[in-house]
Amino acid sequence: MKHRYLKNVTTLAYSKEKCVGCKKCTEVCPHGVFDIKEKKARIIDRDSCMECGACALNCPASAIEVNAGTGCALAIIMGWFTGQEPTCGCSNSGCC
Amino acid sequence: MNENNSCCCSSDDCCGEQPIKAVSTTLSRKDILGAWRMRWGIGRMDYTVEPGLYAVGKPDNDSPVFVSANYKLTFDTLRKNLDGLNCWLLILDTKGVNVWCAAGKGTFGTDELIHRIETSELSKYVSHKKLVLPQLGATGVSAHEVKRHSEFDVHYGPVRASDIKEYIDAGYEATKEMRTVQFNLWDRLVLTPIELIPALKYTLPVFGVMLLANQFAAKPFDKTDILSDAGAVIAGSVLTPVLLPYIPGNAFAMKGWFLGLGCTVGILGISGKLKKGSALLSAGHLLLFPAISSFIAMNFTGASTYTSPSGVNKEMKTVLPFIVGAIAIGAALTLGAHLFGRRKTK
Ligand code: SF4
Ligand code: SF4
Repeated sequence: MKHRYLKNVTTLAYSKEKCVGCKKCTEVCPHGVFDIKEKKARIIDRDSCMECGACALNCPASAIEVNAGTGCALAIIMGWFTGQEPTCGCSNSGCC
Repeated sequence: MNENNSCCCSSDDCCGEQPIKAVSTTLSRKDILGAWRMRWGIGRMDYTVEPGLYAVGKPDNDSPVFVSANYKLTFDTLRKNLDGLNCWLLILDTKGVNVWCAAGKGTFGTDELIHRIETSELSKYVSHKKLVLPQLGATGVSAHEVKRHSEFDVHYGPVRASDIKEYIDAGYEATKEMRTVQFNLWDRLVLTPIELIPALKYTLPVFGVMLLANQFAAKPFDKTDILSDAGAVIAGSVLTPVLLPYIPGNAFAMKGWFLGLGCTVGILGISGKLKKGSALLSAGHLLLFPAISSFIAMNFTGASTYTSPSGVNKEMKTVLPFIVGAIAIGAALTLGAHLFGRRKTK
């Protein structure tokens, strides 16, 4: 069963003009957000994006931008209090 | 792993030239036991392997190179899945953190990879320029940057180590399935201890206050309160993760609240409090305990593999005021019901 989270929240932005069709984004995305059509990437499942930032970091053409971070409630609350970027506080395990 | 060759000093890179360490692909009982202890949070620190280059089987200069983290569990899962292969393992220093977590923090990252390629003198051992990284490492590594600084080509392998052989057989091509992060029942189940233990720790003071209050006042709390509190904790930290995709709603807080409500109603029903007409107490419980479950469930966003920070932020901004309010009012009503109720019956 495919997990679904909140809709229309991701900060993912993609520029077709800049894309060189290298397919790296489809290689790194853990949620199948991109596919390639006619030598260009396109977003096929926007609401599955978890803002991990892998696509933007690995796009050689800087065609992708996303406000990447940790989707961890506790980390975000701590971020509010400390006024810093939320970071995953766990030292180990598959907890983030 | 080969423990005989381990470095006596604790800081990395201090040993200069090291012989390449050989890696076994079978796990010992100690490895397996250690994995369980880790899951339950017993002695989780220092579960690391030494960074550097390792040999699996009898690799030559044409053999593939797999890159991974120096978290022992990650290392163990990987080597187990490389059984029968001849390959190299380049282990990055992620401070004993798994690939995904470390990539998020940047310790499994471009710089560390470039650094490790140099210090391990990888080019001496292989004649090709191909590295296979776990796909989840992509959050920390920029393939084109690595290429620019080290000439090595970063290929992202499958998400799960168990797909590695199939990936190799397919000519280093991963299917869409191999590329997708799952979050199946087992994945969720193994995370529940990590959720339950801190949740219990947080609520322990609540139990403490209840028991302490019972020592003084005319026993304001009873079995139902304590049972409901335990129920709320379990609903949020165990039941919500396990039943996650089957509970209505998208927001974790909602899912936790539903289950917490179910638990609370169940416990109130069994204890007969609903029937006996303790309206104030029932209202208090119904506000308090589902809100606790909801809050605990929301923490599971940190462990889930599909929640975006923007989403979690939105979810929390929306529901936190309700949760805090419900807990405060619910606790007051519960306490009031007990004190008030007693005095009336006396
Ligand atoms: S990684 Fe960038 S350039 Fe390559 S296909 Fe994706 S969007 Fe296009
Ligand atoms: S940020 Fe992560 S989840 Fe979102 S599209 Fe990019 S790679 Fe996929």
